Amino acid sequence: MTDLLKITNLHVSVEGKPILRGVNLEMKRGETHALMGPNGSGKSTLGLAIMGHPNYELTEGAIELNGQDLLAMSSDERARAGVFMAFQRPVAIPGVKMADFLRHATTNVRRPERKEGEELIPMREFRKELKAKMEHLRMDAEFARRYVNDGFSGGEMKRAEILQLAMLQPKFAILDETDSGLDADAVRLASESIAEIGRETMGLLIITHHDKLLVHNPPDFTHVMLGGRIVETGGVELAQELHSTGYDRIRKAYPEADAQNEAMLAKELQEA
Amino acid sequence: MSSVTAPTGFRQETFEEFLHGRNDPAWLNQMREQAWSQFAQLRWPNRDSEEWYRTDIRLFKLDEYALPGLQPNPAGPVAPVLNEGVELAGSAASLNSVTSHSQLDEKWVRKGVIFGSLDACLAEHGERIRKHLMQRAVDPTVDRFAALHAACWSGGTFLYVPRGVVVDQPFHFVAGLTPGSSDLGHTLVVLEEGAEATLLTETTSVAGETGFHCGATELIQGPGSNLRFVNLQDWGHGVWHFAHQKAVVDRDASLQWTIAALGARLAKVNQHVGLMGAGANCQVNGVLFTEGKQHMSYHTLQHHEAPNCRSDFLYKAALQDKSRTIWRGMIKVDHVAQKTDGYQRNDNLLLSTQARADSIPGLEIEADDVRCTHGSTTGKVDEELIFYACCRGFTRQEAIRMIVSGFFQQIFDRITIESVRAALGHAISRRVRDYD
Repeated sequence: MTDLLKITNLHVSVEGKPILRGVNLEMKRGETHALMGPNGSGKSTLGLAIMGHPNYELTEGAIELNGQDLLAMSSDERARAGVFMAFQRPVAIPGVKMADFLRHATTNVRRPERKEGEELIPMREFRKELKAKMEHLRMDAEFARRYVNDGFSGGEMKRAEILQLAMLQPKFAILDETDSGLDADAVRLASESIAEIGRETMGLLIITHHDKLLVHNPPDFTHVMLGGRIVETGGVELAQELHSTGYDRIRKAYPEADAQNEAMLAKELQEA
Repeated sequence: MSSVTAPTGFRQETFEEFLHGRNDPAWLNQMREQAWSQFAQLRWPNRDSEEWYRTDIRLFKLDEYALPGLQPNPAGPVAPVLNEGVELAGSAASLNSVTSHSQLDEKWVRKGVIFGSLDACLAEHGERIRKHLMQRAVDPTVDRFAALHAACWSGGTFLYVPRGVVVDQPFHFVAGLTPGSSDLGHTLVVLEEGAEATLLTETTSVAGETGFHCGATELIQGPGSNLRFVNLQDWGHGVWHFAHQKAVVDRDASLQWTIAALGARLAKVNQHVGLMGAGANCQVNGVLFTEGKQHMSYHTLQHHEAPNCRSDFLYKAALQDKSRTIWRGMIKVDHVAQKTDGYQRNDNLLLSTQARADSIPGLEIEADDVRCTHGSTTGKVDEELIFYACCRGFTRQEAIRMIVSGFFQQIFDRITIESVRAALGHAISRRVRDYD
């Protein structure tokens, strides 16, 4: 049976304010989905809600992984069940070395039943694997000894997220603007890396403003988000259309969603 | 062991009995009696003074404890951690302020090194001890605890390294305390010109939680000497801990002083580094972890008394439950101390909403060509960090443990002794619990 991530009528609020207003999405392992939409449409919120961010309140709807209720799981259980998100803005963890962080993470994800304090993957074995993956991603060995995201440039952070994706080999991965902040070469490298990590073996949800990442990872489905819901779904041609002509057609076609989108964006800007 | 109840209290009769039971040289007897009369005249510090304003010791009752040697002194296993996997130059131990072990490798004896229990060294090296004991570093008249310590110290440890001798193996000393007992150990380290040594000390409770410690540490460094000194305070959580600690560092000498405080019910510590000669250099690392209702009050002074000296104090505390820390740091730069490079920093991580950390940095600068910086931060564990780690498969508890050890890593990176890093890392990580 192919693994299935199913999101049904998902409503999410932050501090009482609705952000997602009924999202429906089905992803099978091996499929690539692009999630596009203007600022404030709720794309990152969807990703964070799937991972179980504590600030996001689910008021209605369901997320299921192979029929299992994902919402009943804690964030770490979701990760161990094979759901991953590459963060748009990963946080720094000072004093914790990338290699130690990844060794612990990799052990937990590969051995979901592991209890705290039980053995980690043997150091030698892990180092060997990490080294190989880093070489593959053309990353400097020094990277593993640095503190997690601490003092990383924008590009380094994104590459570190891709490295984590490569090590954790999830069933489903949400890539939240993994291409932003990267120059053209870096985007190409990132895109190739994601393809090489094996998009055939993962269900990919690529959140992006651009289509750069999508050139190497052409989506099977393109979803457009506006005002907290998916208003249109198409194939690769929809992503191409949005890239060349923008969201004007979509905004006009869904005036109510557009108004909600503008209101959310205005609020966001006000708070920032 | 005698079945008669041992006399408690620090009274004239018990003090005389204590003196009588010892075999101290005349000069030391005299010193003790002088300090005792000081003690008798002084009052306990109270919250009227800035130094004690946040630290309430009204529940501390000295008379519940007994003088060293007058209390039951069971043989008990003391379990030190800093010596794990370390080849030592020498080791010493005390239980309830009475020496239980004192040993120095023959190789170092031949080089003129002296190490062991301070009590045990008195007979043979009395004059050398006399020259330094509470002469240049700790002032026995500074408050009632200092006076009490000067009158009644017992056990402790002494390290002397002669001119130019480099000891490449660490020394180790552990003080144990059984429930309800007192420890008045004194640590005295003297490094002559160009000498080098590492001393690891730790204090720990044996089979119980309560007790009383009134201690002093004196580190005396000759020109160009190099000392690494570590103290791990891991008493039971019912121990009252009072300590005066001072280093005097001469010209071009270098000191790395690491303090880790995990234990005690209440700890009040004055740590003072005097940079006495041009080009002296000191690095101080403070690691505090508190939980339950523990209260720790650390008062540091980095005193630049000569030009071209460097001082670098970094104190980090993580607080759990309803515990409380106070850090009050002062950089003092005398008029003569031009080209001073002074740094002090205190970071506090609050692991519960009921913990409280007070951080009070201070500068007192009389020279005009100096660089002195200080900083302090106090904050909670960032929920975004926890969430990020959980998204990578860490349980909340594992995430918090990892973030707390990361918080201390900056200090661990400065500690060059592997056994110390490992012992502290394990001890702290074991203590971290989940919170909300």
